[in-house]
Amino acid sequence: MSQTARLRRAFRTDSGKGLTLVAPPFIYALVMLAAPLGTILLFSFWTQDFLTIDRTFTLDNYREALSDPLYSELLFRSLRIAGAVTVVTVLLAFPIAYFVSFHVRPDRKSLWLFLITIPFWTSYLIRVFLWRVILAFDGPVNGTLMGLGIIDEPLSWILYNANAVIITLAHAFAPFAILPIFVSLEKIDRSLLEAARDLGESRVATFFRVTLPLAMPGVLAAILIVFIPTIGDYVTPRLVGGSGGTMIANMIQTQFMRLNNAPMGATLAVIAMLSVTVISLLLVFVTRRWTRGR
Amino acid sequence: MRGLKVYAITYLVFLYAPIILLPLFAFNDGTIIAFPLQGFTLDWFVELARTEALHDATVNSIFIAVTTAILATCFGLFAARAGNRHSFPGKGGILGFVMLPLVLPEIIVAVSLLVAMLQVGLSPSIWTVIAGHVLICTPFSIAILNGSFANMDKSLEEAAVDLGETPVSTFRLVTLPLVMPGIVASLLICFTISLDEFIIAFFLSGNEPTLPVYLWGQLRFPGRLPVIMALGTILVILSILLLVTAEYFRRRGLRRAGLEDTGGFL
Repeated sequence: MSQTARLRRAFRTDSGKGLTLVAPPFIYALVMLAAPLGTILLFSFWTQDFLTIDRTFTLDNYREALSDPLYSELLFRSLRIAGAVTVVTVLLAFPIAYFVSFHVRPDRKSLWLFLITIPFWTSYLIRVFLWRVILAFDGPVNGTLMGLGIIDEPLSWILYNANAVIITLAHAFAPFAILPIFVSLEKIDRSLLEAARDLGESRVATFFRVTLPLAMPGVLAAILIVFIPTIGDYVTPRLVGGSGGTMIANMIQTQFMRLNNAPMGATLAVIAMLSVTVISLLLVFVTRRWTRGR
Repeated sequence: MRGLKVYAITYLVFLYAPIILLPLFAFNDGTIIAFPLQGFTLDWFVELARTEALHDATVNSIFIAVTTAILATCFGLFAARAGNRHSFPGKGGILGFVMLPLVLPEIIVAVSLLVAMLQVGLSPSIWTVIAGHVLICTPFSIAILNGSFANMDKSLEEAAVDLGETPVSTFRLVTLPLVMPGIVASLLICFTISLDEFIIAFFLSGNEPTLPVYLWGQLRFPGRLPVIMALGTILVILSILLLVTAEYFRRRGLRRAGLEDTGGFL
């Protein structure tokens, strides 16, 4: 059998066809994602003096990044803010997912999901900027609260600090938390809940002993899908964060664009990615008990 | 469960608050973005029409979004087809890697692309933005098209082959029409994502700004804010129109496949 015939036959098998089909997007992702991420990793071991890059291997960037209080402060603040955003977003999202899954007529569910996702698809910049307007000193929140006589003077803790970043990101990532929780709630066999009630469990006990454990895979997916991207958010801290709400992405941008220190920017990016990965893996590991077996 | 319903409606108000406020300020006859509102005006929209730099940015953005939508949807078709119809070694890992940009922080994608491009001697341009946008849009396209392929009855294709059609004509006559609503939905969603994307465009667009990059630059000038609100209003209306159309096509695809509607995108 000739070489070409053998090759042709290999392409005709199921796995051959599959590999041929998946090759274009996979190669694209290798060139446009894996290679650039590799470059960033390389850069983090180099140094830069003004515009010339010194390609000798060194760990100086990591030493500086970990010892300089400015960088570690920013990193911990980013992790703290992303953690708070995740908790707030998932806690706010769960009742909505539960409501749509359990209390909305089946033919209305997709309309509700559509309504929930629409704001997410509209210009991110504009949405974040409008939170600055909403939370402002003379904005609608303060205006309403003062008009109702609940507060005497405008709240100052809701804009240009970490709180503002948390509120705005909890808004921006809402659908990311609602959808996975909704999907896992939809998968729950309703007869299990009836069985629990028939066996004498109260409504609340049924929720905590049957519904919630079965929804855990969705909750975990929601936690990860909110936590990972929020660490690297740039726009929100810049627009509503003030100086107390600056995050690691702002420093990465400054290193690349302003200070001409690409290696330091790369190092910070690598450290941020590593922290996110470690925390995510820990989370998956710790919650394995509740999420496995499905 | 009345309490839950009240909560759900309050939550929707929270979700829609920025979008509801936007047009109020776009038509407000005052340069300060704050309450109380002054009066009705169309000045800011007229001003938009007169801003030359804005027109260039719009042309850039539309070109990028159209190209991105087509390329990402092609990649999405390949990957979704491979994932739904074939088994091959390393399937989970390969498809997982292609989906990775969905969860990666965008700043990481943006800086790594910038550094890599400068290393190989490419300078930032419209094409580098397209390269980045295709990367982040492909996972969305795959997610949408996965639904289309999973809903399609495999025996229809087998019947066509049994009746003497070639693989190519089967694809054209049977597969493509059945998946077409998914393709249209994917094109529209990728277009919308690319049109709104800021971080990657900010890092990779060089001196050919897209709409969001132009908008970002204008945010520094307080006097320009009402014009931004007008522009934002147009963008939001456009996004909503595109989404409603995409949703319409997605549902039509489900009906064609004879299935019940189970949920939205993603």
